[in-house]
Amino acid sequence: MSLPERQPPTLEVRDLHTRFHTRDGVLPVVDGLSFTLERGQVLGLVGESGSGKSVTGYSIMGLLEAPGRIEHGQVLFQGQDLLTLAPRERRKLQGHRLAMIFQDPMGTLNPVLRIETQMVEAVRAHRRCSTAQARQQALDSLASMGIPSPQERLRAYPHQLSGGMRQRVAIAIALLHGPDLVIADEPTTALDVTLQAQILSEVQTLVRERGTSLIWITHDLSVVAGLADRIAVMYAGRIVEQGTVDEVLDHPQHPYTQGLIGSLPSANRRGQRLRQIIGMAPNLLDMPAGCAFAPRCPRASDSCGQRPDFSAPRPAASGHQVRCHHPGPRQDSPEAHP
Amino acid sequence: MTKPASLWPAPPDTALLELEQVSRQFGVAPGATGFGQRMARWLGQPRPPVTRAVDGVSLAVRPGEVVGLVGESGSGKSTLGRMAAGLLAPTRGEVRVRGRALDTLPPAERLAARLAVQMVFQDPNSSLNPRLRVSRIVGEAPLAHGLCEPSALDDYVCAQLQRAGLDPALRHRYPHQFSGGQRQRIGIARALAVAPALLVCDEAVAALDVSIQAQILNLFQDLREQLGLAYVFISHDLGVIRHLCDRVLVMYLGRVIESAPATELFTRPAHPYTQALLAEIPDITQRRSRFSALSGEVPSALNPPTGCHFHPRCPQAMARCRQEAPSLRGIAIQHQVACHLHPSS
Repeated sequence: MSLPERQPPTLEVRDLHTRFHTRDGVLPVVDGLSFTLERGQVLGLVGESGSGKSVTGYSIMGLLEAPGRIEHGQVLFQGQDLLTLAPRERRKLQGHRLAMIFQDPMGTLNPVLRIETQMVEAVRAHRRCSTAQARQQALDSLASMGIPSPQERLRAYPHQLSGGMRQRVAIAIALLHGPDLVIADEPTTALDVTLQAQILSEVQTLVRERGTSLIWITHDLSVVAGLADRIAVMYAGRIVEQGTVDEVLDHPQHPYTQGLIGSLPSANRRGQRLRQIIGMAPNLLDMPAGCAFAPRCPRASDSCGQRPDFSAPRPAASGHQVRCHHPGPRQDSPEAHP
Repeated sequence: MTKPASLWPAPPDTALLELEQVSRQFGVAPGATGFGQRMARWLGQPRPPVTRAVDGVSLAVRPGEVVGLVGESGSGKSTLGRMAAGLLAPTRGEVRVRGRALDTLPPAERLAARLAVQMVFQDPNSSLNPRLRVSRIVGEAPLAHGLCEPSALDDYVCAQLQRAGLDPALRHRYPHQFSGGQRQRIGIARALAVAPALLVCDEAVAALDVSIQAQILNLFQDLREQLGLAYVFISHDLGVIRHLCDRVLVMYLGRVIESAPATELFTRPAHPYTQALLAEIPDITQRRSRFSALSGEVPSALNPPTGCHFHPRCPQAMARCRQEAPSLRGIAIQHQVACHLHPSS
């Protein structure tokens, strides 16, 4: 299978370290992150608040602001390291080949400009064309996001649109140039279920048609279950488990992943107590040596004082990796007693 | 200060809280004909728009029962919750606590009735005073209402915090020194401090991480078992509603469109809107699903569609739906639906 001139993957992150330098100390917000994203693949990057999932997105996009700093690592976009690229060169890619969608569309949209002005500007930033051509491209992009009467929406100001419509416009802007990689940072978290389903369905179709690679950052496992090909679970700046959706959700090996899945209310455990993860996420200023999850982990032992490396726990599973000294199925799951 | 009387006794099958055909409008009521408004209209200013946030909704909560309110943004579920908690007065309709109408009660009883229903809010950042220590946030109301002697207050506050799963040693801290889940626990401790019989929880777990959400949901269930608390649980998350509730009301643009016991609603939804909502609960067992969405969005409550509010988005809309608003009709035991597809049985 290994052809000599294989196309490089859309994105390859190697040993990325992003630290925040604050008055109180240095926070290892992203701590040695590595993953690969092939063309047309959807990666669900799952974690709770403070796990570093959004900062990972910002680091890849080059949107990191002080006090954050990428200290180490490589971000290879189609084989080219974005971190060593000159700012000018990098800006040519941002919003063109790479795009980001944020949780709050009002952070993307300028409240005092019509949608048309903003979209035409975004088109002409990367493409030489007349205003009329740019406007047509904006219209097409709005229509592809399933926005009714796009002509009217172009004339509107952001405040005249509903929350769901604003998010669609923000996504339409991100997809204007048909980027190769889209990073979506919880874009549907603030929306109603029906709107979330609409937007997921439209994004899913667009990604499939164009072969775009997508990183969907979320805290909600059930959203990525329906959308992603692969899942990476983050905890305290590190990926603790990654693999295909089926492997990670059906055969989770890391106690944290199992805890997240057990925390979800589900139809067949109605009214029963949810299996909760005890305690809270660690303070990044005062990280436990070794495994960051050990203080909350039911399986913690002395060996957890050492930092665990990735291992592949299930030989049959390709690419399923766990960062744990005691990986294995949940003790009370049927898998544990075959 | 009037000392609150304890809640009056009532026959065991009396509902703890009843809302009877309550409506709430925002904007100027149609009957407002003050001189200023007449002048303004005479000068050509259009009549200010009126929003019917809640339109003729009835709701009863029995002791120890968990009633879920589901709906999209703008469905009026929060307004209804605020009326249930006594934070908003209904424009029309009646609120009854243990069978007695709130606005006819003498002051002491009214106070007792108000204390019996407490609210837990979505955002602990805006519902906790950042300048007060936790001991004061939790202890202020029981002290003011004479539920606790000043000398015993410290122990009382500690007991409330413990019940909400917080370490009482932290009571001298300020809200910003706590995490999101802990702040939500402070809000719960504050509500519990006046010994309520009913908690109205308005999206109380929506802003929390899943692992913290599980902790808070477990706490709600523990409190229900220990204190016999009833809940009105408002959420857009159907997974949470299914997990927790005995009975569910589905709201759309200010009206209840379906009401049924939770098991019945989740297995046999009758209204097309409920069916669409249920189809869209994200579930980790569904892989690479096609998200087949309900098209369109909730219309503006300023200018709701004629007839059945849902007809522009309904896949099964008929001519009748555009003209005539369906009323709630029983189709099975305790199962009511407002839809022309379901003639009453």
